[in-house]
Amino acid sequence: MSDLFNGIFPEYWAGIHLPSLVPYIAMVGSFAFVLGILPMLIWIERVVIALMQDRKGPNRVGPRGLLQPPADVLKLFFKEDITPGNVDKWLYYIAPMITVTLAFAGSATLATAVMNFRAENGDVFSLPVSVGDVNVGLLYILGISSLQVYGIILAGWSSNNKYSLLGGLRASAQLISYELSMGLSLLCVVILVGSLKVGSIVEAQNVMPFGIAERPEWWWQMFKGSFLSWFWIGSGLIPVIIYTISMIAETNRAPFDLPEAESELVAGFHTEYSSMKFAMFFSGEYVAMLTVSGLNAAVFWGGSLPPLNILPLTLVPGFIWFIIKIMMGIFLYTWLRATLPRLRYDALMNLGWKRMLPLGLVWLFILAALTLHSEGSKGRDTVPAAPVAEIKAPAVRGTRSARN
Amino acid sequence: MSLGTFLKSTIDGANALRTGFGITFRHYAEQQLKTKPVDTIQYPEERREQYPRTRWRHVLTRYDNGLEKCIGCSLCAGACPARCIYVQAAENTDEQRFSPGERYAAKYEINMLRCIFCGFCQDACPTGAIVLRKDFELSDYTREDFLYTKEMFLEAAPMETMIPASTIGAMNRENAAK
Repeated sequence: MSDLFNGIFPEYWAGIHLPSLVPYIAMVGSFAFVLGILPMLIWIERVVIALMQDRKGPNRVGPRGLLQPPADVLKLFFKEDITPGNVDKWLYYIAPMITVTLAFAGSATLATAVMNFRAENGDVFSLPVSVGDVNVGLLYILGISSLQVYGIILAGWSSNNKYSLLGGLRASAQLISYELSMGLSLLCVVILVGSLKVGSIVEAQNVMPFGIAERPEWWWQMFKGSFLSWFWIGSGLIPVIIYTISMIAETNRAPFDLPEAESELVAGFHTEYSSMKFAMFFSGEYVAMLTVSGLNAAVFWGGSLPPLNILPLTLVPGFIWFIIKIMMGIFLYTWLRATLPRLRYDALMNLGWKRMLPLGLVWLFILAALTLHSEGSKGRDTVPAAPVAEIKAPAVRGTRSARN
Repeated sequence: MSLGTFLKSTIDGANALRTGFGITFRHYAEQQLKTKPVDTIQYPEERREQYPRTRWRHVLTRYDNGLEKCIGCSLCAGACPARCIYVQAAENTDEQRFSPGERYAAKYEINMLRCIFCGFCQDACPTGAIVLRKDFELSDYTREDFLYTKEMFLEAAPMETMIPASTIGAMNRENAAK
């Protein structure tokens, strides 16, 4: 994997253990990255959708309309914050906070880059730059994304508005049904890799495609960790299709934007929100888009791996590749929004429960059987055994009398 | 649902999706590579060309020699379904001549907030004085500003010309022939 900084950092610098600072760098970095790129996302979306509709898009504020998003942000800051009467105040205020907090929390396990460190004994080890590359990363992201429905439901419930309530109800049904297929598609990859850690899923794609043997020639090495060895094809195309569809449904974007259907429900769950509270929903939605696109890029599209392992491409830092892949996800969102009309409610449920869920289940079983078969033929020894922590009885320090 | 219809509907749906995505992506590529023109008209800088018979802002026209066509007959005011035209006529004298006929419009006012741009005034006008032309940018800040007066409607005079009294009879006959 190519790294963020080409240099290798010492493990200790002026008595500070540098690797333990990485999560803090990642915290600040990911916040700055996400908040900085958010207005750009809106600009990209508006321009791309305009071009698809033969229009020009924003072009008044700044060159090519690039200052339009900052202007919009300023506008949202200075707008009057209206709290309608008879809202459930406590829930009404906490709903946008839940949405935006969980959206940011979801992006915590995604490692955009890798930093190299030289240990005291001269060994070089690398650390992914993420807030916490926990070993249950996928589970964590799925959990966070299922919690996100609370922000929407509470907003719909507390607003004292029938359209908001309808939007919240739709969101709850939609998110619950699409989480299942999302989990199934990710499980397919988890079966292949044997780990829930996002970092090791990316590492597992840095191999020869289709299990062919490795050879030292460069034209053979070119395909190591190339686009052919990523899991979009490695898991057999079905999981990536299911994941892509359900990630769009999870983030409530067109054509699955039933919770905020403008033409039916005014603005759905955020009808009664204005000013910064609306901006929090808005930014939460875009951050969630970034997160699920990032997960898509990491799990199915090789994360920070270059598409081919040849010289000019490997010089590009890994986080650039990762951002390019995320941006392709964002482009897909926009493309979908420009192309497809909103799904009818029953069609939404049909797609989720009758098509994607059975397909995902069947594919999961097929992959599980194939994995079992290949492991059985290779023999158990080739499979690296999962490190089992030795469970020891806690040593009793001190005598009972001393502790008392 | 049998497996056959299930598969068929899935495949049909996927094909329909492919077509739709192709269309939007083709338009995106065309616009990005600038091989097709943009539909957008950058309004304040460029304006859409108006159709020849567009009815917008009124104009009181003149003859080529600079005399006003309007003779203050108030037929436009009578034809107006919105009752937004007010005409006050006055007699022409040999010293003060505005129009070829006996009378001219001393005041000609239209309340543009009430006008529905139906063009009946244009149809009713016997001399073709009032016409609706292509100037469509009629917004303003106060209600009073929408009470357009004769000076605002009147075409600019081609030149300051003295009209020989002998030609007026000929012009009257010409008008009568129309």
